[in-house]
Amino acid sequence: MATSPPEPGGRRAGAGPRERDAAGLGRLGATAFVVPALLLIAAFLVFPALWTVYLGATDYRLTGLAAVDPQVVGLENVERALDDDGFTHSLGLTLQFVLGSAVIGQAGLGFALAWVLRDRRGLGRRLIEAMVLLAWILPSSVIAFLWIALLDRDDGTLNALLSTPGTAWLLEHPMLSLIVFNIWRGTAFSMMLYAAALGNVPPSQLETARLAGASSWQQLRDVVFPRIRGHVLTNLLLISLWTFNDFTPFLLTGGGPEDRTEIMPVFIYETALFGGELGFGAALSVLMLLINLVIAVVYARLLRRRKDRDR
Amino acid sequence: MADLTLAALTKVYPGGVRALDSVELTVADGEFFALLGPSGCGKTTLLRTLAGLETATSGAVLLGGRDVTAVPPGRRDVAMVFQDYALFPHMTVTDNIAYPLRIRKVPGRQRRDRAAQTAAELGLGDHLERRPDQLSGGQQQRVALARAMACHPRAFLFDEPLSNLDARMRLEARTFLKRLQRELGVTTVFVTHDQAEALALADRIAVMEHGRIRQLGTPADVFRRPANTFVASFIGSTPMNLLPGTAEGGAVHVAGTALPTPGGLALAEGEELTYGIRPEYLTFHPRPVPGALAGEVRVVENLGSSQLVTLEGPAGEVRVVVDEDTELAPGVAGHALPRADRALVYRNGELLGASGYEGPATGTRTP
Amino acid sequence: MTPPPATPPEATREDRHAAGLDGARRLLATVGFYTFCSLVLAFFTVPLLWLASAPFDDTPSITASLPSFTLANFETLLDNRYAMRSLGNSAVLALGTGALVVVCAALAAYALSRVRLPGRDALLYALLLLSSIVTGTAAMVPLFNLAFELDLIDSQLGVILVLSGGLLPSAVFILKDFMDGTPRSYEESAQVFGASPLQVLRHVVVPLVRPGLATIAVWAVAQVWGNFLIPFLLLRSPEKSPAAVVMYTFYTEGGQPDLALISTFSLLYSVPVVLMFLLVSSRYGFRFHGGIKR
Repeated sequence: MATSPPEPGGRRAGAGPRERDAAGLGRLGATAFVVPALLLIAAFLVFPALWTVYLGATDYRLTGLAAVDPQVVGLENVERALDDDGFTHSLGLTLQFVLGSAVIGQAGLGFALAWVLRDRRGLGRRLIEAMVLLAWILPSSVIAFLWIALLDRDDGTLNALLSTPGTAWLLEHPMLSLIVFNIWRGTAFSMMLYAAALGNVPPSQLETARLAGASSWQQLRDVVFPRIRGHVLTNLLLISLWTFNDFTPFLLTGGGPEDRTEIMPVFIYETALFGGELGFGAALSVLMLLINLVIAVVYARLLRRRKDRDR
Repeated sequence: MADLTLAALTKVYPGGVRALDSVELTVADGEFFALLGPSGCGKTTLLRTLAGLETATSGAVLLGGRDVTAVPPGRRDVAMVFQDYALFPHMTVTDNIAYPLRIRKVPGRQRRDRAAQTAAELGLGDHLERRPDQLSGGQQQRVALARAMACHPRAFLFDEPLSNLDARMRLEARTFLKRLQRELGVTTVFVTHDQAEALALADRIAVMEHGRIRQLGTPADVFRRPANTFVASFIGSTPMNLLPGTAEGGAVHVAGTALPTPGGLALAEGEELTYGIRPEYLTFHPRPVPGALAGEVRVVENLGSSQLVTLEGPAGEVRVVVDEDTELAPGVAGHALPRADRALVYRNGELLGASGYEGPATGTRTP
Repeated sequence: MTPPPATPPEATREDRHAAGLDGARRLLATVGFYTFCSLVLAFFTVPLLWLASAPFDDTPSITASLPSFTLANFETLLDNRYAMRSLGNSAVLALGTGALVVVCAALAAYALSRVRLPGRDALLYALLLLSSIVTGTAAMVPLFNLAFELDLIDSQLGVILVLSGGLLPSAVFILKDFMDGTPRSYEESAQVFGASPLQVLRHVVVPLVRPGLATIAVWAVAQVWGNFLIPFLLLRSPEKSPAAVVMYTFYTEGGQPDLALISTFSLLYSVPVVLMFLLVSSRYGFRFHGGIKR
């Protein structure tokens, strides 16, 4: 009988009384496995976040005297931001954008699609899903140009379809255009999440409701919604977070005309990197990080609560 | 081939759970040995400690006389079949069976030949190129067995080998497994929570509870003379009747009836005892009989060739197995008479007169 | 879908009346359903039409129209040095980031899934929170600074590192979930047969989680392939810029956009993403991981 070959690596014979890992890695090996990922995350995610907080408290500029020797100005930048008309204006625009395109648009259309298509099979459903998904996966530069072409004043397809020649949609209705654009761009995520959620509603419960004589609306209210409430919250939080941080509108309008589409990410870009006021821009970033933090904490607590319930 | 000895084996998990508590056990060379118990009794931990997947807190594991307590799993020369078989889904049947040989650096051609040969012995010859998910549950189990056999280990360890099969397959696989073990003659330890499986397969059984062995013996020992009320209620497809009684004039009285009591027991007058009798060892009478427990028929369950009758009377609920020809309806009166030579008496949960019956309880395998 | 309700002979007038109403309502629902679907389909298709028609049109305009078929536009594209190079740059950035993310995330996820390191759960939650909070948009100022200090401005390595750092937390989280879902008995079985930790990894774990690795790889590649902001911030010279940035310069600078170039370039640039998506969904089934795309 063949004898087993000697094993490479320090395998602890007679290890202490602890649960043994299935891989036989040991704590040291495991640590070595985790370190590269952690280093990258620490350097390019954690550190920049902390630096944002520091920079936000200085008068750092891209050029000039303050670029060489930035002074700590404390909460001055944040106070300035909160008083700044540009900031409040931008925050208002961002709110419109997030509420209109994500919370109402993507979630609403996504749910409607998932609900209407829930027990359809075949070509129609696949075609709709394919187009919705395509809008989601194509690169944003391509998408941005497609919409610029679609909304063009002179030769745009939309004007041809609606017989409204000469309407410059991006100039005349910039925010509305961006909202419709973003609904088009991001509905796929909500649609798939709700489709998965609806798939988890036991058909027997829907059938029980139907046997009791419930209408479609009553089935939705009494059977479906209570079961997918967690998914709805997850969906709303995630798409709000993503939409809030979306830079793609910059590719369509660059913040214009004037500053009518200067949502938060564009405002920060214009202030910090285009205008060179890094300190002030960082203060704006801090505020943005704070808003992100609030959304993310709510989301994480939700996740944890659901995990506890599953246990 | 080798015998297996566990000396004062103890396993305490971080957090203080004592999964094994000074287990002493010897499994003879070539024996088919069952670890039986409810879930959480430590039987799986014991098996995993034998495999080397868990490290004992104290005590020793000896395999063929050699202390392997600190030897890593791969070098103990044992093979384990997991409850879910753990067949690698990305490998064919051949590759799965040949995997242990691959680890031992057996040349490719040779190991494929040996895998094919083992597969053929187990009737898997036509499925060599299939993947596990293309096989039935029974076939998957045999691939797992073949993989365990391929490296000719000194001992087999099976974790719930039949629990993943449906009821019909399970019977077939049980017979197959027993024959295979006989033919190979390899020391085999298996874990099960199913008492019928343990009785059917094993040469000897260790019944475990809370990390301790509560009884060690042949299937006949364990079935006929459970050493304590825990084993008595755990073994048997219909649980044993355990009736509270008192000793009066050398016999056990239950609810005012003097029941047939085995002789040679030193009973103190008036002491509290438990009278144990299996439903199979009670005979049903429609009319009163001396020494019988009286009651009213409450439930009749058809078991096929017999029926299980629940009587309710002064002694509480008593279950009786009645032959299929007796017509019974709920509500009629009935009387159940115990067989004196099968009645058991427990004091504080321990069997009285446990020794000196049907040979030593720790006998080795009789081929 | 369902047959019209048969009216039994003894049905009362009210019953029949109700059945009639029911039928009308059902008809209305059907009409509504198809109207809704057609509108949605039109909404999602119309903006894409141009991408399908213009590249093959010998006189491409901004309006989507039936093309007079030609492949000449692709020659224009192949002659454009920047365009072809930018696609190569995109590939370098995407594959580089993809490889880095998959290797680092797989190692970390495996260790975190199989060994109880102290503080593991807290770490995972912190990472997940961080990756959703610290987005490229919110952290663009310090990212720019950091790259500047590390001399990584105008360096593709800088872009790869920054993007990897951003993608890793989600990748680790998803892969750990994936590895938690594979039974330990496979590894234990291999271990009992004498396999060393590295052999267990090579023979058993990697093949088992290959679908997960592929999903993460494709996800990372797709993320980088479409990312505009980070290379736009960190790269200066057009020779190093990826397609996302170069394409933006095509239609914003220099007055009249070259539609033949833009349309063919868009198409060529889009095809790999679609292919990767199809590959993953056909080979492994489209697994729905919350937030796999941002």
